[in-house]
Amino acid sequence: MNKPKVIVLSGYGLNCEEETKLAFELNGAVGDIVHINDLIAGKYTLSDYQIMAIGGGFAYGDDTGAGNAYANKMRNHLWTDIETFVKSGKLVIGICNGFQILMNLGLLPALNMKYGKREMGLMPNAIPRYTVRFADLRNDNTTKSPWLKDIDTLSVMMSNGEGRLVADEKVMKEVNKKGVVAFRYYQGPTSDYLNLPYNPNGSIEDIAGLTDETGHVLGMMPHPERAMFFTQTADWGLVKEQLKRAGKPLPQFADGLKIFANAVEYFK
Amino acid sequence: MQYRKDIGRVSTITNETKKSLSPIKAIIFDMDGLIVDTEIIESKSLEILLKQYGKKPIYHNNGLIHEVGHAGPEKFQAFKKKYAIKDTLEVFRNKKRKIFMELLQKKITVFPGFFSLVASLKKRKYKIGLASSRNSEHINFTIESIKAKDYFDVLVGPNENIKHKPHPDLFIEAAKQLNVDPKNCFALEDSEAGVTAAHAAGMKIIAIPNQYTKTHDFSKADKIIDSLEKVEEVLASFEKKDEINAQRIEVYATVFDTRADIRKKKFQMENKKVTGIEIADVYTIDKAFNKNELEKLGLALSNPVTQTITTKPQNKFAYAIEIGFLPGVTDNVANTTRETAEDLLKITFTNGENVYTSQTTFIAGSISKKEAIALAESLYNPLIQRMQIKNYEEYSKDGGMDITVPKVHLNHKPEISKVNLNVPDEELIKIGKEGIANSDGTRRGPLALDLLYMKTIQAYFKKLKRNPTDIELESLAQTWSEHCKHTIFADPIDEIKDGLYKTFIKGATQKIRKNKGTKDFCVSVFTDNSGAITFDDNYIITHKVETHNSPSALDPFGGAITGIVGVNRDTIGFGLGAKPVANFYGFCLADPRIDIPLYKGKNKTQKMLSSKRIMNGVIDGVNAGGNQSGIPTPQGFIYFDERFRGKPLVFAGTVGVMPKRINNKPAHIKKAEPDDLIVMIGGRVGKDGIHGATFSSQALDSGSPVTAVQIGDPITQKKLSDAIVKEARDLLLYNSITDNGAGGLSCSVAEMAKESGGCEVNLETVPLKYPGLEPWEIWISESQERMTLAVPAKNYKKFADLMQRRGVESTVIGRFTKNGKCVVKYDNKTIMDLDLEFLHNGLPQRPLKTTYKPTKNAEPKLVAKTNYAKDVISLLESLNITSFSFITQQYDHVVQAGLVLSPLQGRGRINAETSVFRPVLSSQKGVIMSQGLYPKYSDIDTYHMAAASLDTAIRNAVAAGANPDYIAILDNFCWTDSTNPARLGQLKRAAEACYDYAVAYGTPFISGKDSMFNDFKGFDQNGKPIHISIPPTLLVSAIGVINDITKSVSLDAKISGDLVYILGDTFDELGGSEYFSLLGDKTGNAVPKVDAEKNKKLYNAVYKAIEQELIASSISITRGGIATALAKKAIGGMLGLKISLKNIPGKTSSDTATLFSESQGRILVTIAPENKNAFEKIMKGNNVAEIGKVTNEPKIIVTNSKGNQIINIKLEEAAEAYRETFRDY
Repeated sequence: MNKPKVIVLSGYGLNCEEETKLAFELNGAVGDIVHINDLIAGKYTLSDYQIMAIGGGFAYGDDTGAGNAYANKMRNHLWTDIETFVKSGKLVIGICNGFQILMNLGLLPALNMKYGKREMGLMPNAIPRYTVRFADLRNDNTTKSPWLKDIDTLSVMMSNGEGRLVADEKVMKEVNKKGVVAFRYYQGPTSDYLNLPYNPNGSIEDIAGLTDETGHVLGMMPHPERAMFFTQTADWGLVKEQLKRAGKPLPQFADGLKIFANAVEYFK
Repeated sequence: MQYRKDIGRVSTITNETKKSLSPIKAIIFDMDGLIVDTEIIESKSLEILLKQYGKKPIYHNNGLIHEVGHAGPEKFQAFKKKYAIKDTLEVFRNKKRKIFMELLQKKITVFPGFFSLVASLKKRKYKIGLASSRNSEHINFTIESIKAKDYFDVLVGPNENIKHKPHPDLFIEAAKQLNVDPKNCFALEDSEAGVTAAHAAGMKIIAIPNQYTKTHDFSKADKIIDSLEKVEEVLASFEKKDEINAQRIEVYATVFDTRADIRKKKFQMENKKVTGIEIADVYTIDKAFNKNELEKLGLALSNPVTQTITTKPQNKFAYAIEIGFLPGVTDNVANTTRETAEDLLKITFTNGENVYTSQTTFIAGSISKKEAIALAESLYNPLIQRMQIKNYEEYSKDGGMDITVPKVHLNHKPEISKVNLNVPDEELIKIGKEGIANSDGTRRGPLALDLLYMKTIQAYFKKLKRNPTDIELESLAQTWSEHCKHTIFADPIDEIKDGLYKTFIKGATQKIRKNKGTKDFCVSVFTDNSGAITFDDNYIITHKVETHNSPSALDPFGGAITGIVGVNRDTIGFGLGAKPVANFYGFCLADPRIDIPLYKGKNKTQKMLSSKRIMNGVIDGVNAGGNQSGIPTPQGFIYFDERFRGKPLVFAGTVGVMPKRINNKPAHIKKAEPDDLIVMIGGRVGKDGIHGATFSSQALDSGSPVTAVQIGDPITQKKLSDAIVKEARDLLLYNSITDNGAGGLSCSVAEMAKESGGCEVNLETVPLKYPGLEPWEIWISESQERMTLAVPAKNYKKFADLMQRRGVESTVIGRFTKNGKCVVKYDNKTIMDLDLEFLHNGLPQRPLKTTYKPTKNAEPKLVAKTNYAKDVISLLESLNITSFSFITQQYDHVVQAGLVLSPLQGRGRINAETSVFRPVLSSQKGVIMSQGLYPKYSDIDTYHMAAASLDTAIRNAVAAGANPDYIAILDNFCWTDSTNPARLGQLKRAAEACYDYAVAYGTPFISGKDSMFNDFKGFDQNGKPIHISIPPTLLVSAIGVINDITKSVSLDAKISGDLVYILGDTFDELGGSEYFSLLGDKTGNAVPKVDAEKNKKLYNAVYKAIEQELIASSISITRGGIATALAKKAIGGMLGLKISLKNIPGKTSSDTATLFSESQGRILVTIAPENKNAFEKIMKGNNVAEIGKVTNEPKIIVTNSKGNQIINIKLEEAAEAYRETFRDY
């Protein structure tokens, strides 16, 4: 069986590399956690991989803007490799801090395929505090993104301080026209269950994630890798009681895993 | 005589541009109110004098009889007239002088910073004069009695030809005698009259108002500051204007800026006139950049979509406040900026070139300067930050804010001095208490060595036939400090020869491990940085809880962040290095909603931060430390008591995980070998955190050193942590590792030297943040984010290469030896040569004596009520019970993807006292964490306080599914005034309870820490001396392992129709309860008592029921009793409860007691009706009762034993109350 290779970047305060790698591997991929300095030094080569993932974290402590300093480093040393990787139809995902890095690199939304141009920004949340909570996401993408295949909705954790997407009207119009919005926050089962406002950070038009026009690059603020297991869902204690009393078995996994499964499937 | 113990000789340089000035040659001091605090004495002597004349003194608003700043015969004549004194002016004056001199001799106070200022001015060759309106005899007398005569080149007082202030004569005369042009003089003044005089003399002026002159007009002064400590900084800013070539990059938001919006709202709460706020992030680049480079960097530091780089704010404003760091304070953003610049422009910052960050807040609205300053003060902490303020006109005229370069200048050669110990005992005492004397007479700061210790050291060196060097003495002070050696727990106490720790804490663990036999799950107890237990066949888990109280009182953010990243290092430094997988926090604070000012200094000087500032600061500190490190924070608590106003408690803990074996080598065992290289990795060493260990071994008072605070850099540590526990460890590149915490290298290296048998360090190789540190400072500095390792020479190349690739600095600073010596060299000269044996075990025992007297408090009268709804609502709103989800939600508890039982449970998001997570994602096993803490119970009996803390920690864990036979505990004693036999008596009782209950429950202590001097000694808002002691506090943290995470049980009611059971007995035990606190801070006497044998049986039954999945929800009954537990269960599930108190087991004499008693050993559970029989069968033999049902009706309804409804609360109302108190935090 063909096992796609995933490179999960690390270093300088990124911190979700282990669970991000696990999310791919649970679906049959092989992952390498690679420190950005080793990639720069040529100890690893980007073109050896089919999928590049940048997970959550606090690269450079969010100094000078979340994701900015790490993106600067990538741009200074790896830009050509990254551009080639993206343009060759391989898959890229940035989650939370990874999304912030992709935005600062200009890989998203990259309207009209202009990779490298920053068109949208991620600003401090409307409540300018690091916020950890569940959110419901609805897939609103029309790019036929491999990442989002057969996904309608997701309930996942978000935890960030700078997740409020901003852009001017012109860009927003274009974004909507091209259908590159990956996810929007919506009033769904977990925000109902926990009685929380559905948009956790005041993001423009409730946007939680974006793709590029090819759908190959996905960035999202919430963490699908924190919705891998049944015990990571908001109401598993209640659901367990209900299932048990109905004589049904407990599931092992949760729906965030589907995103990773899609990517692995794409290369199989 | 009281004066600040100044530390070291940091001369800080703050550069500002755009000002031109003649060179400064002389500094001329005023005396009264500036150098010495004599206003009170003046007033008091007038009071005595007037009384002698039978007159009644009339006081000004400031409480003084005289007018400050005005002297001279005319004034005195007027005064005489006012009181119709018949004596001649001369007689009257002489009488007053006599009284004054007498009083002066008795109590004279020198303002903080004076001695270090004059010493430094002298050293830097300034001429120093004094110009006072007092007569010469008085001046001489005063200056001599504070032993400052030698510092002054001239002392000038008035005579027939020289008029007093506000006439300029005195200043002109002083300049003349100093042979300096007045325009090259700086005058230091505290009053309006003095400023007027100096201004008329043509001098530059720094005004330093004191509490009596705050309202004076200082508009003629060039600079107004609040302490002599800041004079040098100001002088430097005037002096160094030519050297500057720094440039600023200012980044402004072009879209809605949440930070500015929040700051506007915060300001508007304080001042309604504020109409708008704009914030600029400022980067000051102290390196020659061309325009192109500057632009390029600016672009890299901003986002063109949301920000712009310009030199002016977008909006109109009235005042601009700029806040940046003081020299030497860690500036994380600046470090990143520097790295970005180097990477982008392919340049390097060399030779003191650097980047500094600051933030400018532009305030719009018609506010006065005073109001602007008040707003600024709410933003910054003068201990670590600097502030600059300009109004719109000044800003426009100057073309922006001044460029400030907060560079540390230490312009002197490192030197080693010998400390003469052949001195009388008084001097030994002084050295021990205030520190080694510098050549200028100032002292270096507390060694916290008492006479017995000093004499032991004296004897040791006598034997060696030499005196110690400063570094040897400093090193001994670190190693022997209460903070490091825990002498109070170690020394004999009353009849207990082995001390409290060995007897009751370690003794309990030894006994338990023996009792458990093959079922012993302990791996490493008390010997390492954390304690460790077995997790499964392949892994062990570690736990450690620290306190960081004293630093958090002074700088809450810095104190808390270094607390949390510091305890992370206790994980990384356990064995060969464990990976941090969960953080834990606990804050004991005073009510943030009220502000009762406290002062460290006399006369309302050195104001302490408000409880709200402290609370926000410590919360932010753990936020930054935990979140940025990528370590989840699933568990924590806050607790409030008025007595934490002077000194808060900040607990920080970390759980780690590590493989049992690496390459077949047990990973928890480490040993530095002779000839291994001593390697320091991580951050660099600066002056931050010098004397942290000794300072925290004393009460907080006006002498507490400011350099004791530090700011952490979580990312530097994250890089280090990843490089060690995810890579270097598994390559077995080193033999031993430990963290640099209290005492810095002096403790870490000396500790590891015990493993090999000796060490030799070359201090000049230690990388520094800035040059010029004294060797002893390098040795004991507590600069953060550093670990010390023992690396075999053959591995070093590989190790260094790995560190370099991970962006971690690593340096060989010496080598381990086996000669039994701790040797330190500097530039090849041996500056320390101590026997390891003496260093570690040379400290003599100080047998302690205790006293104990049972307390008897007033017993509150209980009023029987027919409706308790209001009480329940009040409890849900009360500080110690209410929701603090605003904290939980800002601490990432889901990173690492292991969370199972959330800190916010159920639909109603109840703050739980227990959480469960998976440290290893391939295993179904989980780790359970909980805690118990009841400071209030100490007001009755510390024995039962400790018992309740233990029982609660254990019960909380059991309620969520822990196996009672597989729980380990940690102790954190936070005591008070611990030289007081009565406090030691309380301590002894608490320690006895620890032994009794740990042994009874079979829960071994695996680690602990104590903090013995949580006292505040200062002044209240009336300037009266005040000593606030915290209530004796014991935090017990529990950690357990559960086999199947899906069996863990949350607290929220799950399904309507489920049966509610109470497990355990309820008694009339309201003593120290939250309910009594609610009745107006009452305590009572009936403290809950713990029956371990009975509880243990119950807990085993609960575990069995949970294993069989018979329990749907479960909450341990703690603060606020049954009533609170019911409310939390209902709100948690957003389901109703219908409860009868009729069959509650135990015995109570009123509904009040039944509802609110805090009897221990109780758990409230719900079960599916079909499980009733199975559940009751398991519970047989325990005191349990079915008391009601979960309902769909959204109400909490309780009837009493007579069937009367005594509570009927709408669920929504209860939920609102639960969330109300901290809603807007």
